[in-house]
Amino acid sequence: MSETILTVDNLHVAFKTQTGKLTAVRGVSFDLKKGETLAIVGESGSGKSVTAKSIMQLLPAATTEVTKGDIVYNGKSLLKMSKRQVTDLRGSEISMVFQDPMTSLNPTMKVGKQIMEGVQRHEQLTKAQARNRALEMLKLVGIPQAENRLDNYPHQFSGGMRQRVVIALALACNPKVLIADEPTTALDVTIQAQILDLMKDLQKKTETAIILITHDLGVVANMADRVAVMYGGKIVEQGTLDEIFYNPQHPYTLGLLQSMPKLNEDRSQPLLPIAGSPPNLATLGEGCAFAARCPHTMAVCHTYTPRDTVTETGHSVACWLQDDRVAGSRDLVETGSPS
Amino acid sequence: MKRYLLQRIGFMLITLFIIVTATFFLMQLLPGTPFTNPEKLTDSQLAILNAKYGLDQPVAIQYIQYIGNLVQGDLGYSFQHEGRTVTSMISDRIGPSAFIGLQALVIGAIIGLVLGIVSALKHNSLLDYGSVTLAVLGMSIPSFVFAALLQYYVGVKLEWLPVALWEGYSSTLLPSIALSVTVTATVARFIRSEMLEVIGQDYIITARAKGLKENQVIVKHVIRNALIPVVTMLGPLAVSIMTGTLVIEKIFAVPGLGEQFTLSILVLDYSVIMGITIFYSALFIFVVFVVDIIYSFLDPRINYKGESA
Repeated sequence: MSETILTVDNLHVAFKTQTGKLTAVRGVSFDLKKGETLAIVGESGSGKSVTAKSIMQLLPAATTEVTKGDIVYNGKSLLKMSKRQVTDLRGSEISMVFQDPMTSLNPTMKVGKQIMEGVQRHEQLTKAQARNRALEMLKLVGIPQAENRLDNYPHQFSGGMRQRVVIALALACNPKVLIADEPTTALDVTIQAQILDLMKDLQKKTETAIILITHDLGVVANMADRVAVMYGGKIVEQGTLDEIFYNPQHPYTLGLLQSMPKLNEDRSQPLLPIAGSPPNLATLGEGCAFAARCPHTMAVCHTYTPRDTVTETGHSVACWLQDDRVAGSRDLVETGSPS
Repeated sequence: MKRYLLQRIGFMLITLFIIVTATFFLMQLLPGTPFTNPEKLTDSQLAILNAKYGLDQPVAIQYIQYIGNLVQGDLGYSFQHEGRTVTSMISDRIGPSAFIGLQALVIGAIIGLVLGIVSALKHNSLLDYGSVTLAVLGMSIPSFVFAALLQYYVGVKLEWLPVALWEGYSSTLLPSIALSVTVTATVARFIRSEMLEVIGQDYIITARAKGLKENQVIVKHVIRNALIPVVTMLGPLAVSIMTGTLVIEKIFAVPGLGEQFTLSILVLDYSVIMGITIFYSALFIFVVFVVDIIYSFLDPRINYKGESA
């Protein structure tokens, strides 16, 4: 459980646009340990998908660029590997499940073939063996009558069943890391629960580490061991599931949790939204990206970027309120007014 | 499937019937008569000729007679060539037309596919801009302009290929090339935009995420999916070739159906005009039909059985 398999260190990713470089990921760092589930949460545009895709190096090279930082898998830097070495890892060591199962399968290829293709690419198997593996995988993800389904096309499956196929495809070569980019966003709530249960089950069997990218805190509570909260291209808070949910330190995390409807609460209480809108990455300069929307903004927040404050349990927060240099800040969070 | 096919064939026959009717009556509106120098004929001579070809009857009666014969597969006799059936004239002339037409289709499809695929893969490069420019030129300049240019440069100046006439395989090349320009341009533009669209699809990222090599992704996922809609272009392209042959055959003096067609219109050979029009229309309707059937085999999402997918 303790061995780190993937490290993302101070990752910066920029998009080349006509008006210049636009940095979407602005210094993301995290460790992923064997067999754990790390959830990356954040609103649209916070850079979570870009982070995921840069691990797999699936971003179009013509328009994107890793400008700083490193991604280390199993002790080797993915960014320094040759293109060939990276493609060898894709699908076999690190796999990905995408958001929309309706579009992430090739519509004109039988699903069995789509699974076999990846298997045959990475393992020396005969066609019959690969077909057998595809069959096993379909059974494993709980597709009924898997034998008959191998020769079906994606349009003959429902959304939930397609996502099962996508998961089967991703896990076919027994990867060490599975990156799931909003795997349940496009599905009905009941199907969501099934897919999440399936992923948990399979994780137990295969000991795959999962990076779960989502904006759904319910999904996070269900799945994650650890949580990283992203805002404006940065991780603003990172810790274990319990720490993030029961002891949030960053005002943004707190805002997210407060804006979530709860079953056992008085329904006459209105939800507490976070005021304002997500930052424009093009105009984001120094200072805390959340400063414009934060209820506790101080002068320092606008001019200096907060450092990570890390507790002994590994709970890290990038917020001036937690910085010892800001006197009385802790009281501010607890009482809502300066001491 | 069977139900669908029968339905389609029914509609095809109705379409053909409408074309036949429209052509028949439009043709009657053409000025002049099928007979050369009718003013030199005496009234009785004209009456004999008109009676022989049934032109003394009212137009409605002529129409009914024509349809009656047509249903039995009889396209009648030529007005200009004593004793020759329209059917035999078409079958004599179809060979050269079919040959240069098909050859043009093959040349155009191959060059067009290569150009389009390369320019999609090298999107926004100089190569891409070059081939797009060529494609626009190819689509906007009529084939007879290319025909004249080819005749002058390749035929007269370089003397590589015969300028005209129908003497062996080498004389088929220039007409085919002139005809293929539109095909090349259309196919190149179409496959290029289809490929660019497919490359942006999620399932291409899935294919890359599986670790497939780039050429596997391109061949098995991108090109395979981009080609399917290109098949639908075959119908319109076949038409552009058919209409192209009318002029091209005249320019290169190819003894084909198109040349015969233009000739018959000039001399008002009613039955031949009708016969060739019916032949061209039927061919076109049939090509479109075949393309639709092929499409259902290429794209698993399309089925004509009426089953829910």
